[in-house]
Amino acid sequence: MTDVLVCIKRVPDLGGEIRLTADSMSVDDSSLGHTVSPHEDCAVELAIQTAKDTDGQATVLTLGTSDAVEQLRTALALGCTGAVLIEADPVSYGPADVAAAIAEVVRAHEAAGTSYDLVLLGNDASDTGDFQVGIRLSYLLDRPVVTGVSTLSVDGGSVIARGGSPDGGTEIFEVPLPAVLTVMEGGVEPRYPSIPGRMKAKKITIDQVTSGLEPAGSGRIRLKLPEAQPNEVTILGEGPEAAKAVVDVIEKLGVLK
Amino acid sequence: MTGQVFVLVEADEQGAIEVSLETLTFARSLGGELHAVVIGSSPSGLLDQLGAYGVEAVHHAEGDAFTSYAPAAWAAALVAAATDASVVTAAGTSRGNEILAHVAVRLGVTMAANVVAVDSTDPLVVSRQVLGGAAMEELPLADPVAVFTVAGHACEAQPTPAASSPTVAPIDLTVSADDLRARVVRTEPGEPDESGSLKSARVVVGAGRGAGSADGFKDLLELADLLDGALGVSRVVTSLGWRPHHEQVGQTGSRVTPDLYLACGISGAIQHWAGMSSSKTIIAINNDADAPMVTKAHYAVIGDMHEIVPAINDELRRRRSA
Ligand SMILES: Cc1cc2nc3c(=O)[nH]c(=O)nc-3n(C[C@H](O)[C@H](O)[C@H](O)COP(=O)(O)OP(=O)(O)OC[C@H]3O[C@@H](n4cnc5c(N)ncnc54)[C@H](O)[C@@H]3O)c2cc1C
Ligand SMILES: Nc1ncnc2c1ncn2[C@@H]1O[C@H](COP(=O)(O)O)[C@@H](O)[C@H]1O
Repeated sequence: MTDVLVCIKRVPDLGGEIRLTADSMSVDDSSLGHTVSPHEDCAVELAIQTAKDTDGQATVLTLGTSDAVEQLRTALALGCTGAVLIEADPVSYGPADVAAAIAEVVRAHEAAGTSYDLVLLGNDASDTGDFQVGIRLSYLLDRPVVTGVSTLSVDGGSVIARGGSPDGGTEIFEVPLPAVLTVMEGGVEPRYPSIPGRMKAKKITIDQVTSGLEPAGSGRIRLKLPEAQPNEVTILGEGPEAAKAVVDVIEKLGVLK
Repeated sequence: MTGQVFVLVEADEQGAIEVSLETLTFARSLGGELHAVVIGSSPSGLLDQLGAYGVEAVHHAEGDAFTSYAPAAWAAALVAAATDASVVTAAGTSRGNEILAHVAVRLGVTMAANVVAVDSTDPLVVSRQVLGGAAMEELPLADPVAVFTVAGHACEAQPTPAASSPTVAPIDLTVSADDLRARVVRTEPGEPDESGSLKSARVVVGAGRGAGSADGFKDLLELADLLDGALGVSRVVTSLGWRPHHEQVGQTGSRVTPDLYLACGISGAIQHWAGMSSSKTIIAINNDADAPMVTKAHYAVIGDMHEIVPAINDELRRRRSA
């Protein structure tokens, strides 16, 4: 029975262009949909699989505004059986603050007599890309941490985690539980929510908590976009008749063998 | 900046990897005394190479604790070596980002991942990549030790005209059992895969949802073959299971910098663009003239890729036999 906590972050689904808010402090997401990082999609999938395989539970957690309930519900529809919302404005939280707030939830769960054997996170959040919340969390909980995990299996009191190595091969870690793992896209295919899954998800009560910690913040001064490169696209034509013009360009580039 | 600047150097059999050389170049521009930390086996010739990049002192951790990768142990070695450092940095690789996050926690400081520029040195303010490289964040690093990683291609690797002969000292530490809890127990070699060639290919044929199905790649693979290039795909393609994830280009896939990127049936979402925007020439094939990939490309053909790609293949074959 492995109880898994999986941490996700609501982020704007950017599409083809980024716009910043007037103060340049964040992405203007007023006209955008929202999603979570593909890494976190895979973490959710691994959490659900692990819970199923071991008769355990998968609980999804986010620190965010009440809007983030949308992302929690999606994870519940996929098969998570519990959800925690740490209600806070994520913009005022730096990575150390997020880790501390998650650690509080894990400890409170332990104080209640149960334990999250595994905490899964994404390797890096798709907006801030800090590459560190999982590692910070592991120190706060005094647990081992493996990053960049693509697949995992629980074996008795330990977890075997596989991920890519710098030379293109695979590295296998075996760490004692409880542990923290950060997940990278590529090892599993996240499932899609089913209609019955969505129905079931609606009935699950989301555990809303607030953090007792005062966030220190990330220190961000501002965001900047790269200068838009003025671009004039040359339309080579329409349909298969344009093939000749394409090959002319390819020839001119000198990339033909 | 004054004081000691420590760089964690990653090496393979050939010596320091390119991004570590870029990081040494970046770190050198901060001023200060340049130190390198090497962990585990050190290839012959590495010392000369580090000297050529201006390293004055090399700190080397060796022994049982470092024969296989254990991120916390590696971080402990870096911390033990860098007791007088004002900067600790590494390349923004998976190892670099991981180890420096451990280092930052141990030192009780902030860690900035994927820095591309130093905006001011006193106080230290950096610009770092966020949103997969599509935007930058200005961030102050006000702690007594600045800990950050340097994004790939933030600068070009350049030896210094004033090469040095670095001193070499072993790093003296006893690694705790806790720091070896997470350790590589086994490795498996990679499949001789096409994605290795994806990262170095001069031509990449990109394919997106427009391919239509798992069977829609025959002509695209032939095109890649005719151009001696590699196939790269969008996330839609991998998440639908049409092609394997190692072919994915973008924020959560590979970054490619070919001479030619031929984007077929790809809309050009920010996260895909992040992986191929440095291509020298981009040709888009798309049936939607308003798709971002079309408006951002250098050249475009509007229409059905299932008609256009085979026609390009025919034309390439015709010219080759002519
Ligand atoms: C945090 C995050 C990370 C991400 N990371 C990545 C990543 O690493 N890589 C990545 O690719 N995506 C990534 N994505 C997903 C990304 O946002 C887009 O959803 C994805 O790139 C779209 O893929 P696509 O262009 O193939 O599909 P679509 O956006 O559906 O576009 C298909 C295009 O094909 C054209 N088309 C359709 N049929 C034809 C035809 N017959 N002939 C010609 N053209 C045709 C359409 O006009 C359209 O422009 C990420 C998303 C998030 C949120
Ligand atoms: N606000 C948040 N709520 C829940 N999880 C988060 C939050 N921010 C970051 N995380 C988790 O930490 C991972 C790494 O984030 P980061 O270190 O910021 O790149 C993410 O992929 C998430 O799994």
